[in-house]
Amino acid sequence: MSTTSSPVDYSAVKPNRPWQASPRDRAITGGIFALSVLIASVSVKLTGFSGKLGFFASFVIIFIAITASREYLRFGNALAKDTLVNTLVAVGAFITLIPIVSIIYTVVSRGFKGLYPGLFYRDMSLNAPNDPLNVGGLGHAIVGTLLLVSVALIISVPIGILTALYLTEIKGNLSRPIRFLVQAMSGVPSIVAGLFIFSAILLPITKDNSSILGSLALAILMVPTVARTAEEVLNLIPNDLREAGVALGGTQWRTVAMIVVPAAKSGLITAVILGIARIAGETAPVLLLAGGGDKFNYNPTSGPMGSLPYYIWRSFGAGSEEAIARAWTGLLVLLLIVFALFAAARFFGNRKVGK
Amino acid sequence: MTTENNGDQENMETTTTPSSLSSVAASSKRKVINTKAMGTGLEARGVHAWFGNHHALADVSLDFAAGTVTALIGPSGCGKSTFIRTLNRMHEFIPTAAMAGQVILDGKDIYDPTVDVTKIRLQIGMVFQKPNPFPSMTIGENVLSGLKLAQLKTENKDDLLEECLVKAGLWNEVKDRLNAHGGSLSGGQQQRLCIARSLAVRPQVLLMDEPCSALDPGSTLRIEETIEELSSSMTIIIVTHNMQQAARVSDYTAFFLSDGGPGQMIEMAPTNEIFARPRDKRTENYVTGRFG
Repeated sequence: MSTTSSPVDYSAVKPNRPWQASPRDRAITGGIFALSVLIASVSVKLTGFSGKLGFFASFVIIFIAITASREYLRFGNALAKDTLVNTLVAVGAFITLIPIVSIIYTVVSRGFKGLYPGLFYRDMSLNAPNDPLNVGGLGHAIVGTLLLVSVALIISVPIGILTALYLTEIKGNLSRPIRFLVQAMSGVPSIVAGLFIFSAILLPITKDNSSILGSLALAILMVPTVARTAEEVLNLIPNDLREAGVALGGTQWRTVAMIVVPAAKSGLITAVILGIARIAGETAPVLLLAGGGDKFNYNPTSGPMGSLPYYIWRSFGAGSEEAIARAWTGLLVLLLIVFALFAAARFFGNRKVGK
Repeated sequence: MTTENNGDQENMETTTTPSSLSSVAASSKRKVINTKAMGTGLEARGVHAWFGNHHALADVSLDFAAGTVTALIGPSGCGKSTFIRTLNRMHEFIPTAAMAGQVILDGKDIYDPTVDVTKIRLQIGMVFQKPNPFPSMTIGENVLSGLKLAQLKTENKDDLLEECLVKAGLWNEVKDRLNAHGGSLSGGQQQRLCIARSLAVRPQVLLMDEPCSALDPGSTLRIEETIEELSSSMTIIIVTHNMQQAARVSDYTAFFLSDGGPGQMIEMAPTNEIFARPRDKRTENYVTGRFG
């Protein structure tokens, strides 16, 4: 009993992690890696597997084979299979990263050249895409994209989330057909949405381009994404919470507004982000309905409106070296805007209560 | 607490058993009861419950006198939880659910079409089997959430907050961290938080559906003390699988059983009688552990 004397001195015992790879294990893994690289580069020279892809494929196969056979010799069949599957999963994850990283790398390295301060507050009304990179800008396109996306957001977020609430909270008789339609609609090609608004509103009624029509088409694309994701998120909220809210004398609406939606908040914000990601880069409906413009237009209800995808499309079309550099810069700015929206939504979504 | 003063004609067939029990209730009650503040108890008359075509509960008539603690015991699947959920109209949350019979609060059937169901649930609170504090709220907000949900006004929120947490036996443990998340508490504390939450709207009746089944013995003891304290100011109905718990906390015990068909109420009596001299053989088998 150590209660009467001074506490037992445990300082001689050091915390240990026997389950982790020892330096020797790591050296062996590194050795297998190097050996695989070596064999792969030899096999690229000697066999039909050639080029980067051939090298990568033979490296992966050789690395997995060596690791798994070593594990088989050490621990037998079961652990060898485990290692095999683990390595395959890691390779799969790595392969996913390749296109993402190389896209970001390409966009940043090529778009970087065109960045200059004027880019963000000038437009292209007096310049052609082929002009030198230090004149003109894409301020109008940023304004256009933000207007298009935010009006589409204002239209589709309430509709999408209310649809999800209908499906998860009210569970009315129309749930099944609505769920089916929403799922079917999430596969609608963007040009179909664009042509629908074009023939239903632009031709018969307004007879002129305006960005609000573009936003309507974008909203058609965004609503299914928001509704489906929000429905999945709301379904994850335990039914206990709904019952607790109602048992405290809340109406269904107050329970949903005060308990269910706050509990699902960060998931609902993810739903909105996915919706934005779906529409921010859309070109076809925007071109068809907003028209695409080269000068600042702050009025969503009238006149052609530029946008980043339109700016990129037009610059690539012009073909000269400067124009293509402009297009890459436009891509970089579009990526930055989407990332900024993403970060902002995450920030607001993760703020905890009671601070 | 008699059925006669309700003056309804259709309950003639069900009055005999409950009213004889309620006279036992009135005479054996030791506590001093302020009946005005806690209402006149609760009465179930011929309650049946169905889930789809499955008849889960048949013809249960029970009288819960004001200021008493009644334990509902019985094996799993005998309809105890179903019954308690008919008492504050939570039963209707299950899509295929149906019911028959009456539940009388303050002389009025809570299933009457003219009744505002949200008001009923304010008067008849509920504590669930699994602790379910609201995750988006702090401890303090959780306690007062009922006021916000039901849009009730109160003059002094801090006093109410303290009063409810003291009654639920949680105040000393959380008074310095009312702004922490409800989820940061242990399971037993969360369950007491849920009790505090249901007290804040000042119910006359508190339904507890196996409130201790997910808790360790220490937390169970705390909740039993809480029930003891609360019973002087409200009517409590508790479903429990733990017969020792029923014996410890309740004034009356009702035994439910299903013989393969719908669950039925076999016997209700003062708790010491049901454990010492049960009238029904089946009750005796169950409370002595010879059930089988």
